[in-house]
Amino acid sequence: MKVRRPERTFATMDHAIPTRNVDIALWPMDAAIQVRTLRENCEEFGVTLWDINGPIQGIVHVVGPEMGITQPGMTIVCGDSHTSTHGAFGALAFGIGTSEVGHVLATQCLLQKRPKTFAITVDGELGKGVTAKDIILAIIAQNGAGGGAGYVFEYRGSAIRRLSMANRMTICNMSIEGGARAGMIAPDETTFAWIEGRPYAPKGEHWDRAVAYWKTLVSDEDATFDRELKLDANKLEPMVTYGTNPGQGIGVTGRIPTTSELEDPAERRSLLSALDYMGLQAGQKMEGQPIDIVFIGSCTNGRIEDLREAAAIVKGKQVPDSVQALVVPGSKAVKAQAEAEGLDRIFSEAGFEWRGAGCSMCLAMNDDKAGAGKYVASTSNRNFQGRQGPGARSLLMSPIMAAAAAVNGRVVDVREMMS
Amino acid sequence: MQPFRTLTATAAPLRLENVDTDQIIPARYLTAVTKEGMGKGLFSGIRYHPDGAPKEEFVLNKAEHDGAQVLIAGRNFGSGSSREHAVWALTDHGFRCVIAPGFADIFYNNSLKNGLLPVALPEEVVNMLWDLVEEAPETIIVVNLTDQSVALPDGQHHHFEIDAFRKICLLEGLDDMGYIMSKEAAIEAYEAAPAF
Ligand code: SF4
Repeated sequence: MKVRRPERTFATMDHAIPTRNVDIALWPMDAAIQVRTLRENCEEFGVTLWDINGPIQGIVHVVGPEMGITQPGMTIVCGDSHTSTHGAFGALAFGIGTSEVGHVLATQCLLQKRPKTFAITVDGELGKGVTAKDIILAIIAQNGAGGGAGYVFEYRGSAIRRLSMANRMTICNMSIEGGARAGMIAPDETTFAWIEGRPYAPKGEHWDRAVAYWKTLVSDEDATFDRELKLDANKLEPMVTYGTNPGQGIGVTGRIPTTSELEDPAERRSLLSALDYMGLQAGQKMEGQPIDIVFIGSCTNGRIEDLREAAAIVKGKQVPDSVQALVVPGSKAVKAQAEAEGLDRIFSEAGFEWRGAGCSMCLAMNDDKAGAGKYVASTSNRNFQGRQGPGARSLLMSPIMAAAAAVNGRVVDVREMMS
Repeated sequence: MQPFRTLTATAAPLRLENVDTDQIIPARYLTAVTKEGMGKGLFSGIRYHPDGAPKEEFVLNKAEHDGAQVLIAGRNFGSGSSREHAVWALTDHGFRCVIAPGFADIFYNNSLKNGLLPVALPEEVVNMLWDLVEEAPETIIVVNLTDQSVALPDGQHHHFEIDAFRKICLLEGLDDMGYIMSKEAAIEAYEAAPAF
C-alpha cells in the first residue's frame, strides 16, 4: 500500500526527543529506533519530515500553524489528541488513534459520526493578569473534564474575538481536556492576517479566493446548539489546578473544595483520590503552595507570545536554588525568535534552563521528568497522575503564573507583581 | 480484528472516575514499536510500587479477579491522550469489554477498532455492578453484542446502545478500510473538485 496523498501528509519529531542533546548516539535505545523508523518511512513514502536535524522542527501543533498548513475549513487529523489546537483557525481538527492514522494514510478518509454542537460564549473583558489559559481552565472547571464528550465546542463571544491567534490556540488546544474531541473559533481578520505570507499559505489570486471562502465559515446568526455555556470574562481570575484531572482547578484566591461541598459521590471519590495523590488538603488555598519545578512550554503555551509574557515577569528576578525551572520553546522558530529578542538571556539570567524545542516535561517521555512527590508549576495541559514523571504532582497554570511561581518558589497571585 | 459476539466472563471492579490513558499506560511505554507485551505496563502507576512489587490492594493484583475479561470503571474512562496503546494494554492483559457510565470519544473509537467492546451503562447500574463483583468475584457476566445486553446470574438484563455500523464491524471482525475503499469513486470526485 502507498500513502494516498503524501503532499498532504507531514511528519514531525516532538514527543520522545531530548531537548538537551541532539546526538542520536546518546539517546535511549527505543527513542532512537522510533526516530530511525520514522525517517525510513517518510523517505520510502515521500512524506515531508521536519527532522530534529533540520531547520524546521518542533511540536506538531506549533509547527503546523507556523508553516501555514493549518487553514480555515480544512479537516485536520493527527495521532495526537491536542490536534484540537488547529480549530483556532476554523478548521475541524481532532486527534485519532493509530488504526485511524493508517486509514487516513491509505485512503485520505475517516468514518465519522456527526458530533453534537456546544456553544461556549465568553463575553466581557479579561482583567490584568488573566489570560486565555485561565479562560479554558475555568470552562473545564465549570463543565467537568468529561463534560464535552460527544460534542465539538465552538468558542465565541467578545472576549474570544479579541484574542490573538496564539491565545485562541491555547483555548482550542485544551478542548480535549474538557472532553470534546475538537473545538473551533470562526475565522476572522485576525486569522487571515496570521496566515498570510506563511510558506504553505495560498498566494496571489488563490489567496483572495481563499479569504472569500473562509469568510463564509461562520455559524449562522440564528444557529442553535445542542448545548450552551456562558462565561463572564470580567469575573475570571488566574486559575491553578489542585487535582489530577484538568477540571479540578480553582481561582488563585479560592480554596480547594471540601467533600461536604460536593453532592455527587463520584466527585467526592475523585476529590479524595486526587488530594491523596497531590498531598494537598481539602479547603486549603493554592496561593502560597511551595513548588519544586517550573515547566514553561508545550503545545498549549510554548509559543513566542507565551515566552514574551513569562519573560516580562521574571526579568531581573531570581529563581531560588530550591527550584528547577525550564523553558522549552514549542518550535525552533519560536526559539530563534525568542533569542533574537533576547528572551533567552532574560530567562537564563533569572536561573531558568533554556532548552531545544519539543514536548519535554509535558509528558516525560524523554529524560525531562519530575521526581516522585515534586510539585510542578506547569503551563502544559494535563495534570494526570504520573504525567510529568512517576509520582509527580502537576499544577496547571498560565505562563505568567508559572513565571511568578518560579521566582517566588511558591504559587502566587501574578496580579500582585504587575502593578 | 478479532470478532466480538458474546462474552461470558468474570469482571474486575475499578472504582475510579476519569481514568485517563496516561494511567492506563504511561508514556514511557510508548516508544515500543510493537503491541505485544503492552499488558505489562497496564495501570503500572497504580498497580506497582516504585520498586516494581505489586500493590496488594489494587484490583488486578487480587487473586479473586484473575482471569477477569470485563473491566467495570467509573465515568469518563479513557480520557486524555489518543494513544491506542491504552486499548492494546487492556486487550493484551485479557480484557474484552469495559463497562462504564461514559467514555472519552477517542478511546471509545480506538476500542471499537481493536475488538474491545466499550459498554456505557447508567451510573446506578455501574455502582450496583461494583458492589456485586466485589462481594461475589466469581459472578459470571454475559455481554451479548447481538442483543446489546449485559446479563447477570439473577436474571437482570441491561440494554446498551451502540452504533449499528460499528456493531456489524465488531460482530464480523471487519475494519473500516475495506468499506472506505469501496467508496473510491466518491473520494476521487471529491479530490478532483477545487477546495474554493
Ligand atoms: S506538548 Fe504535550 S500535549 Fe502537546 S503534543 Fe507534546 S506531549 Fe502532547
